[in-house]
Amino acid sequence: MQYKGRVWIFGDHVDTDAIIPARFLNVTDKKVFSENCFVDLRPDFHGAVDPGDIIVGGRNFGCGSSREHAPLAIKEAGISVVVAKSFARIFYRNAFNIGLPLLESEEAADVFSEKDRVLVDLGSGEIKDEEDTKRVVAKPIPDFMMEIVQSGGLVTYIKEKGDF
Amino acid sequence: MTNPMTITEKILAAHADRDWVSPGDLIKVQVDLALANDITAPLAIQVFYEIGKEGVFDPEKIVLVADHFVPNKDIPSARQVKLMREFALKQGLRHFLELRDGGIEHVILPEKGMVVPGDLVIGADSHTCTYGALGAFSTGVGSTDLGVIMATGKSWLKVPPTIKLVFEGELMHWVGGKDLILFTIGELGVEGATYKTLEFSGEVIKTLPMDQRLTMANMAVEAGAKNGIIEPDEITEAYIAPRTERKPTILKSDEDASYEKVLHFNVDGLEPQVACPHSPDNVRPISKVDQIPLDQVVIGSCTNGRFTDLEEAAGILKGRSAAKGIQLIVMPGSTLIYKEAIRQGILETLTEAGAIIGPPCCGPCLGGHMGVLAEGERALSTTNRNFIGRMGDPKSEVYLSNPAIAAASAVLGRIGSPEEL
Repeated sequence: MQYKGRVWIFGDHVDTDAIIPARFLNVTDKKVFSENCFVDLRPDFHGAVDPGDIIVGGRNFGCGSSREHAPLAIKEAGISVVVAKSFARIFYRNAFNIGLPLLESEEAADVFSEKDRVLVDLGSGEIKDEEDTKRVVAKPIPDFMMEIVQSGGLVTYIKEKGDF
Repeated sequence: MTNPMTITEKILAAHADRDWVSPGDLIKVQVDLALANDITAPLAIQVFYEIGKEGVFDPEKIVLVADHFVPNKDIPSARQVKLMREFALKQGLRHFLELRDGGIEHVILPEKGMVVPGDLVIGADSHTCTYGALGAFSTGVGSTDLGVIMATGKSWLKVPPTIKLVFEGELMHWVGGKDLILFTIGELGVEGATYKTLEFSGEVIKTLPMDQRLTMANMAVEAGAKNGIIEPDEITEAYIAPRTERKPTILKSDEDASYEKVLHFNVDGLEPQVACPHSPDNVRPISKVDQIPLDQVVIGSCTNGRFTDLEEAAGILKGRSAAKGIQLIVMPGSTLIYKEAIRQGILETLTEAGAIIGPPCCGPCLGGHMGVLAEGERALSTTNRNFIGRMGDPKSEVYLSNPAIAAASAVLGRIGSPEEL
């Protein structure tokens, strides 16, 4: 599975209140989540993000509440994959469960810059820019998480297998 | 053959139908109780229907609590609760709790005896880790995991390594569970326990009352932990006994269980702790916090909305008054606590001191309603998170403390200690 898009750089400890503030959690309409994704932290995000774009973050991405609205907002906004130095636990589960793949890389945030055009290969974990001047390899996705991604999320995984 | 295990590993092994597990094992577990609220349940219900099952795995073992935006703050919130109510009715769920019988999920589940030691509880709320105070394994997940559990009764977990925290010494006056957990988060950092278990132990924990144990386990997630846990003892059994007929499974860590690390903290001389903006690990002792002027003080939440929290605040506010310009908002954690606080004159003391008593809900903790902050406003709160914009405008500020510091600060009009009154 390969993705191609521009890089959006984020820092350490991006919490779920920053991804989608609680005042937008009174609905289940995913469009509301994507329209307000990073609304306080980066008001320029919605409107400028293109389908396929890639978030590159720092440590502990997605910390805070269990709201699945956070990865849903990011996915609905068009982001294809989030790369970060590390992820908070619940966000990690939620993202794979809804079919938003995550890659862990210590180097990506230091190597890539805002608006770089990059190619991501989920299987090998390779992330490189179009000119192939910058290249990092992320940690491989655990087999079980990869199976969930390949199914398109936990719901289809369970429907296909009937169980875990 | 059995290997030595921690209490967390023992509970996980028992629910995975295995003799033993060790950190890193990916296991499939049977869930004793599944929980969701008015923010996470509507998405979980969608997931449940997408899976295509007719009925839930067990209508006795799913708890839905309306607590985040209730009493419904607007039409969309009302729709969310209505959807939950209709689902609960259709599925014959035994536990659908609205304000009249309920309150905040993590206050009422222990209060109503719905969790006993040895249980495995999974909830679509990050503070589900609260029940570790009862010697149960409990952790937060998102709506999809919860929807799958409603359909199958099962979930997957990776067995976490455990960090053992040993608290020794004697607690000073005005210092309790909230201060111990804030101090711990300050030491570990907000990702210091990511994917791991925090096992709270030592002589200080052995004498800590249940309300304060619940406060500690509640905030384990603020260090990134999967669960926080305390071995059940006489205090646990005394708490459980009048609340349920269910028989607890009392498990303890083996003497030779292996830990990722063991940290010893001597609490002699530990002051009340305050988490400063904008992170729960930005923790300082009260003497090192400036005299920060405040606009709002909040006492309540799943962290500190229990009876003894209100009692402590009332003890300080009795015969005193919140400073001019301070909005003092007190939200009892449950309807039962609310009634008991009326019976014992606590709410009268608080209202005489200028407090506004809110309903037993999450309220301003997450900037939902009933105490949202404007740009430049500053609050001291007994809640659990102080991220940018958590309680309202991204240019507002939230400090976190125990209820005694909050009550004293309301009187002083700035952050301060009961010693100053």
